[in-house]
Amino acid sequence: MTAAAGLAGTGPADQGSADTAIEVEDLYKSFGPNQVLSGVCLSVAPHEVVCLIGASGSGKSTLLRCINLLEPISAGRIRLLGQDVTVPGVNANAVRRHVGIVFQSFNLFPHMTVLRNVTLAPVKALGMPRAQAENAAAELLARFGLADKQSEYPDRLSGGQQQRVAIVRALAMQPQVMLLDEVTSALDPELVAEVLDVIRELAGAGMTMLIATHEMGFARDIANRVCFLEEGRIIEQAPPAELFTEPSDERTRRFLRRIVDAGRM
Amino acid sequence: MSDNDFRDGYGTESQGPLGPPGPLAAALSTGGPAAGAFGTAGRGPRLLSGGGRRATVISTASTVVVLAALVAIFLAAPGSSQVRHTFFDPHDMWQSFIGNPKDGYFSVGAAIWLNIRMFLAAEVLILALALVIALIRQSTSPVLFPLRVLAMIYVDFFRGVPLLLVVYAIGFGVPALRLSFVSTQSFAVYGVAALTLSYSAYVSEVYRAGLNSVHQSQVAAARSLGLSHATALRYVILPQAIRNIVPPLLNDFISLQKDTALVGVLGAIEANQAAQIYGSTVFNYSSLTVAAILFLILTIPLARFTDRLIDRDRRRRLAGALT
Repeated sequence: MTAAAGLAGTGPADQGSADTAIEVEDLYKSFGPNQVLSGVCLSVAPHEVVCLIGASGSGKSTLLRCINLLEPISAGRIRLLGQDVTVPGVNANAVRRHVGIVFQSFNLFPHMTVLRNVTLAPVKALGMPRAQAENAAAELLARFGLADKQSEYPDRLSGGQQQRVAIVRALAMQPQVMLLDEVTSALDPELVAEVLDVIRELAGAGMTMLIATHEMGFARDIANRVCFLEEGRIIEQAPPAELFTEPSDERTRRFLRRIVDAGRM
Repeated sequence: MSDNDFRDGYGTESQGPLGPPGPLAAALSTGGPAAGAFGTAGRGPRLLSGGGRRATVISTASTVVVLAALVAIFLAAPGSSQVRHTFFDPHDMWQSFIGNPKDGYFSVGAAIWLNIRMFLAAEVLILALALVIALIRQSTSPVLFPLRVLAMIYVDFFRGVPLLLVVYAIGFGVPALRLSFVSTQSFAVYGVAALTLSYSAYVSEVYRAGLNSVHQSQVAAARSLGLSHATALRYVILPQAIRNIVPPLLNDFISLQKDTALVGVLGAIEANQAAQIYGSTVFNYSSLTVAAILFLILTIPLARFTDRLIDRDRRRRLAGALT
């Protein structure tokens, strides 16, 4: 699907190029007096997997939420598939249909079965016939090992299963970009692998992903590029082999040393 | 006894003239002072749960003691026999229950149907109107600012003005306007209107609490999937909000059931009014006891049902916390 078709109906005309899936320019975001993002510049190419690392509070989650238009930005520009989504008049709902996001805390709808969780948005936001949505959902659930969980309610699932359902729920909208916000942070250690495997499979299938994570081993393994954030800025970005072994910036070195000291890498 | 005395008796959950013995004693053992004793001893949501046999023995004993004391005080009171004759005379209770229009009084048993009908009509209207008010108050759009102010004034006003005054104002004020359709309705209709106006203010606050109880991350999850605000509200937020507020909603409806008695002041023959007509015709107030019993029969099942729902929710939450 071309970029223009991908974001059709989202608002003002396409101005940029579609060579990048996500392009963030000089993004500022503050919550009251609290400056969270201070001039973030980042671009993600189609089919690229970019990991964001950094201490808690460095702005990783806020960056993802801004890209999904869940948070109004203070200044800067965000282009998705070549289209500026920060100009006034953009239909945020239409933009979000192309950008899936998965949260740390799963946020499944507790009053709906797994199948309803997955089909709600395709049916209500895209107007897909229910039967078609259910078939597509069943297929996706089966692909991620959740075929037998269709009619369960979320509170009957393990954390890993819930997070996989949350990923399937986002995928059901057939997004062109996936944003993953520390999706394994709330999981018991033995459940982390099953979720990481799902993400690996997505990467293998060519999904464009921007991933905020604390799993350094995973980032090194899966990312085409790793960005280190501190105090709302991208301090350093490089392919994982380079950033993890010979970081050029002192702050990156300090952060990685703390991670190693904590036995997390 | 003046109108107001009697109504106060209802408002404060039956003391004084509607006191213990007779059939009321049974009702009071679940709704009256004994319930407090159970509440602290049992600690569980069910009256007699959580403590095994010893707890059962203690609670039974304390119930018997409390009830016996109340009955003894009642029987030992200087005016006891007179009160028993005036309020608990079986013959008068039966007569007022079946009614006799030829002698100038109505059946309390038939009149309670008007209360039930008014309750059911008001309940539906309240649920709808209160939801609209709550959604307006929760809105954030600048365009809706004037509506938000109106909704706030509405809630402040009707929570602040006694329901009885609202009943009078609607019941006597609207007909006096001599409008073509609006001013020619029955007193029951004005009563339902007054109940709806007043209770919607309370219930809208319950809804609002429910909407606030749904975590913001649910909104984010719904919106992030591309659902519009209205769709997210309809399918994700409201179902969870309503689930959370069923117990307090039912609590308000228990209160609404007996407040239908206030419509009697307009002259509508509901149970309370029928009972008072009997009392002022025959000069025996056992009819009021009959009305009280009928109201209890209506409210107690709803109260127990509410308890059960609260219990279920509590267990679910505990189960959820373990995973």
